Amino acid sequence: MADYLSNTPNQQEVMLKELGFNTLEELYSNLPQDLILQRPLNLELGQSEFKVLDTLKELASKNKVYKTILRGAGVEHHYIPSVVKQLSNREEFVSAYTPYQSELSQGILQSIFEYQSSMCEITGMDVCNASVYDGATAAAEAIQMVIEKNKRKILVPKNIHPQVVHVMKTYTQWLNIEIVDVECKEGVVDIDDLKSKLSDQSAALFIQHPNYFGCLEDVQDLAQIAHSFGAKLVQYTNPMTLGYLKSPRANGVDIAIGEAQPLGIPMSYGGPFLGFMSASADLVRRLPGRIAGQTVDENGKRAFALTLQAREQHIRREKASSSICSNQALMALTASMYLASVGPSGLKEVAEYSMRKAHYFANELVKLGFKLKYNSPFFHEFVTVGPVENSVIERSLDEINVLSGLGLSSHETLWCCTETTKKEDIDRVISRLKEVLS
Amino acid sequence: MSQLIFERSVPFRRAVRFDACDVPEVVLDEKYVRQSKARLPEVSEVDIVRHYMELSRYSFGVDNGFYPLGSCTMKYNPKLNEFTASLDGFTTIHPDQSLSSVTGTLELMDNLSISLSEITGMDAFTLQPAAGAHGEFTGLLLIRAYHNAHNDNKRTKVIVPDSSHGTNPASASMAGYTVVSVPSNEMGGVDVEALKAVLNDEVAALMLTNPNTLGLFDPNICEISKLVHDIGGLLYYDGANLNAIMGTARPGDMGFDVVHLNLHKTFSTPHGGGGPGSGPVGVKSCLVPYLPQGTLIKETYGYRYIDERDTLSIGRMRSYYGNFLVNVRAYTYILSLGSDGLKTASQNAVLNANYMMNALKDTFPVAYPQTCMHEFVVSLADLKKETGINAKDICKALLDYQMHPPTMYFPLIVHEALMIEPTETESKESMDNFIQVLKDLKQLAYDNPQKILNAPYTTPVKRVDDVQAARNPILKFQHK
Repeated sequence: MADYLSNTPNQQEVMLKELGFNTLEELYSNLPQDLILQRPLNLELGQSEFKVLDTLKELASKNKVYKTILRGAGVEHHYIPSVVKQLSNREEFVSAYTPYQSELSQGILQSIFEYQSSMCEITGMDVCNASVYDGATAAAEAIQMVIEKNKRKILVPKNIHPQVVHVMKTYTQWLNIEIVDVECKEGVVDIDDLKSKLSDQSAALFIQHPNYFGCLEDVQDLAQIAHSFGAKLVQYTNPMTLGYLKSPRANGVDIAIGEAQPLGIPMSYGGPFLGFMSASADLVRRLPGRIAGQTVDENGKRAFALTLQAREQHIRREKASSSICSNQALMALTASMYLASVGPSGLKEVAEYSMRKAHYFANELVKLGFKLKYNSPFFHEFVTVGPVENSVIERSLDEINVLSGLGLSSHETLWCCTETTKKEDIDRVISRLKEVLS
Repeated sequence: MSQLIFERSVPFRRAVRFDACDVPEVVLDEKYVRQSKARLPEVSEVDIVRHYMELSRYSFGVDNGFYPLGSCTMKYNPKLNEFTASLDGFTTIHPDQSLSSVTGTLELMDNLSISLSEITGMDAFTLQPAAGAHGEFTGLLLIRAYHNAHNDNKRTKVIVPDSSHGTNPASASMAGYTVVSVPSNEMGGVDVEALKAVLNDEVAALMLTNPNTLGLFDPNICEISKLVHDIGGLLYYDGANLNAIMGTARPGDMGFDVVHLNLHKTFSTPHGGGGPGSGPVGVKSCLVPYLPQGTLIKETYGYRYIDERDTLSIGRMRSYYGNFLVNVRAYTYILSLGSDGLKTASQNAVLNANYMMNALKDTFPVAYPQTCMHEFVVSLADLKKETGINAKDICKALLDYQMHPPTMYFPLIVHEALMIEPTETESKESMDNFIQVLKDLKQLAYDNPQKILNAPYTTPVKRVDDVQAARNPILKFQHK
């Protein structure tokens, strides 16, 4: 029913006549006629806005929106300030294409430049690109940045988000790159195993910090070890935590990447998210994707443009290391707005509060008879070994409208707290679990 | 231009505040802890609002004006789609929730896949790829996995036409293929003889856009498809230009084995200043076993996702299941238009393009003047020779008319190219206005070229110095 056309049937007819056609079908007369579909598409006819909205509301209502969410594992429920929601929906941003025409797109270009600047601030790195699809693809793209002719091994500990490792393997499967597993001890990288596997063929050590199990790695130590073998250190990180934790750069990291969904982007069943990639200055020409830079206009006035495009597919074609074209620009804009709205103190609070809630919750669970699986310091996520099966915990918390932690095995659960986790919610969960256990 | 948000910063100013933390403090070992706060902007809420309002005024979307950016299908993005994608039941669900708690989402994803299969004539879809280029890479990995599973390992080449998008050869390289380029013929289609010359048992696939980047439907498509299949290769369809043919012709019927779509083009989801897009990939049944992990499939007992147990799968292309909210928008669009509306939309996209091409053909030579599909390419080579004014100059002059210029210098095989794609949602009046402006600018190029060389006049900055941007890269704010 809707078609969003502007031209009336009468106007269409006038235009067709001008071209010497009688019907719209005749526009396709130079196609091989046996390719012309002789029946309508087997879809319903178009519907009114009212009906479509009804259908979509109905579908949305079939999904369960939990009041309290204790599941993270890479996707987190944080508070999104109204100012961020409102402004990121501005039509000038939403309905624009990639800013190829700089003079007409200074607003978008500046917003990308500001995003890059904010991400460099929290990671401590020198350069950041305009975004890639998500954290996992950022990880896969980072491998391309560190691979050399004679260095084709990437060391990956077993405490990385499993989907991130899967994507790295998918991306590299035909490129003669080897992903080498590194063992873990108490949830963090096993240094002895790492040292035994590093060699002059290692292109990089890839770590996640805080890691998939929530534990904190000794990044500075890992950087020294990796560098002593001539390997780069790549840190996959949750940028929210960097409000409180030492920046990757301060620890000696060469490339800091990750999933920036926690910066003002809703969980959205997994997308659209925001892959960020930042690096030290010497790697700038190996960064994939778009980059905005500051320059001047003809009058010497400050201006912004997409730059260093000689790296990209539309110039290099098959010689480009990445084919990325469309990215996640609107999510980068959203993250940038989020960082401005919380500011340096707010980001620190979000990180610190998330950590404190997780520690409070972990303590309460231990009192109930849960064990912490790893004896390493953790941040805002942690793994418990429970006295009952996960499925029991999940079901009983579901009944009080709580999404429990993610089951890693029958009795192991990965929990996540954020600043949105209220003490009273934790207490409610604890008393419910107490009932279950008794 | 505007102040940077960092330049608006005042120490201790802030916008959002949080309630005091209601649980005890935690002390972490100092080696983990940041010693000084990140130098993020310190601004009030009203500062932020005014800042981004200003940036929005210096941005230009379809909602601001005509956007005939060829190859990008900048059609109007319906507001209903934005609303449905903002429903709490879609935004506030965790991707690791149990399948039984997200039945609405699964139903939506399944219906969308079925609809896209019908529109393209394919057997199954994965909604996982996040953008067109990501879809290409996915498709090529599928092709590679297929040949590999058939122990056909000497196929190391992928053929692309010289008019193809740059993403095609780049994606082929990412899949470890060598790229072979074939020239276009005098009609703008694939040169069949040249194609025959490079077809052999080392060819894994041919990647094609049809209609191609010149806006032309390749009349030899069935022969091309047979030639490629005869040597054991597969046919890849770059769906960037699907907006020309919905409801009239289907890539699946043309013999394509894999297609990717750009939902942010054909299916009206907004481009967001560069993304997020969504690049679902459709396949014929022979490729279904290789679909990526995280693809939704329907079994007799219900839905499940392809996972590590599906050993033939190419693996995971990204986290979770795709740019879900973009897919919600596309599904909303498909329901709104339906079988009748999608066909009419494509027909009108073609009508509008031909109307503009016809109106402009005496102003600028059309590269290939037969009936075009949804877009066409004109060459300003003559204008440049006679006046010194090139395609870029004309585009910069267009900026003063509240319209976005066409794609310039693409495809690479046309000199001083302008690639014009009006889309179906534009009115005759806005096209007439654009046509008149182009005619006036051509006249001005002869009368007063300097005036064009000095354009734009009304934008917040004059022509931007790209060379300096690349030569002396400043890629972040320099704190004093």
